[in-house]
Amino acid sequence: MKADVIVINEADNVAVAMRDIPAGGEVALPGGGTVTALVDVPVGHKVALVALREGDAVVKYGESIGVASMDISAGDWVHTHNIK
Amino acid sequence: MKSFKGFERPDGTAGARNHLAIIPSVACANGVVAAIAREVPEAVPLYHGHGCGRGGARDLEVHFRSLAGLGRNPNVGAALVVGLGCEVIKAEYLTYDIAATGKPAEFFEIQSEGGSRRAAKKGAGIARELLGKLESAKRTDIAIDRLTLGLKCGGSDSLSGVTANPAVGEVTDRVVAAGGTVILTENTEMIGTSHILERRACCPEVAADVKSMVETADRLTHDIMGPLASLVIAPGNMEGGMSSIQEKSLGCIAKAGTSPIMEVVDYGVAPSSRGLILMDAPGYDMESMTALAAAGVQVIVFTTGRGNPMGYPTVPVIKIASNTRLYEAMEDDIDLDAQGALEGRTLADVGNDVEELLARVLDGEETKAEVNRQDGIACLYTVNPAF
Repeated sequence: MKADVIVINEADNVAVAMRDIPAGGEVALPGGGTVTALVDVPVGHKVALVALREGDAVVKYGESIGVASMDISAGDWVHTHNIK
Repeated sequence: MKSFKGFERPDGTAGARNHLAIIPSVACANGVVAAIAREVPEAVPLYHGHGCGRGGARDLEVHFRSLAGLGRNPNVGAALVVGLGCEVIKAEYLTYDIAATGKPAEFFEIQSEGGSRRAAKKGAGIARELLGKLESAKRTDIAIDRLTLGLKCGGSDSLSGVTANPAVGEVTDRVVAAGGTVILTENTEMIGTSHILERRACCPEVAADVKSMVETADRLTHDIMGPLASLVIAPGNMEGGMSSIQEKSLGCIAKAGTSPIMEVVDYGVAPSSRGLILMDAPGYDMESMTALAAAGVQVIVFTTGRGNPMGYPTVPVIKIASNTRLYEAMEDDIDLDAQGALEGRTLADVGNDVEELLARVLDGEETKAEVNRQDGIACLYTVNPAF
């Protein structure tokens, strides 16, 4: 099955959509397993692989790209509205 | 990739190409350079827009070093410098500097030759003579530790940092592991990642150089753009999925893989260390490619999301698209589709694809930019306005 997302670094807690993912879409993860997108995630945007609490680091490329400004569920769209 | 087939140079470097470069010492000589290039189509002209209307130690130093460096580059087998006669950056001095590498280098001045037509005729004669000297050169096996790879991105999009750049990072790690050198530049693309790059520096001195370079780039961005400095991450970037400047810059530096940073060099300066090097040059493609060429890279890998056809006169530029839509839209200009290559495969697999392409280009296969003669001109970093 073609992967809908890419996980760049094994330490990452977000994946990047390789195509527009509709709300409710089941996202195939490269390592196996799935996560369900809670809202539309446009291509190039991030989807949470696990639940994050407010203040947790959002990790991409194995580094923090910001912190969650609110609680984030697995499958949630992660962007400027919930990262600071 | 253990070796490539390249041209040995007298100074111990090795080229992936065997060009005759025609270099104007000042922009006033561009016309004669063009006339020589028309007469001798195999010659490679390095047109530029710089001359005596520039002053200040910084600009003179950088411009001299860059023009000489373009002649010293190992892809250049011989150089002809065309001077005017009254300029500050004298053709003679550039030629001495280039000739110190042991390669054939000549010069003449338009004012001494009696004007453009006679100068062009003389230049064409010298060019043909120099080409004759290059004819006998043969490619031999060159170990990969003699490779210096230049990295670039231009027209990045939201997938650049996800497909193309990480795949290039794989290749960077391999080249460094084999003893080669890779240069990452574009200081504005490092803003927001200074702490990460400093952590990767091989020693405190290099960490301090990294910090200083990125701080200066950040400050300059603010000085020039004022309150719009935050547009370094632009609305277009955010629509594309970039959530922070850290994320955008992490996507850019992903081209540099994971190895330690051994040295920070100034614009156009050849590194004295091997391994991963940072070069202080701006994000502006035309000026950063000149910086890389002047520092002696044999090849540039250039990732793009929006599409850029530019090559460089003396250095093959490999274009890697971050997304398939671009590859299909500009297939004539793109050498590899990183998104397409990634379907059902890993970044390491795409790294293999890039490495194989790199090996073929080093051995002599032309990139699309070379086939299309998308050479452009040599833009040089300049601090002071002209007067």
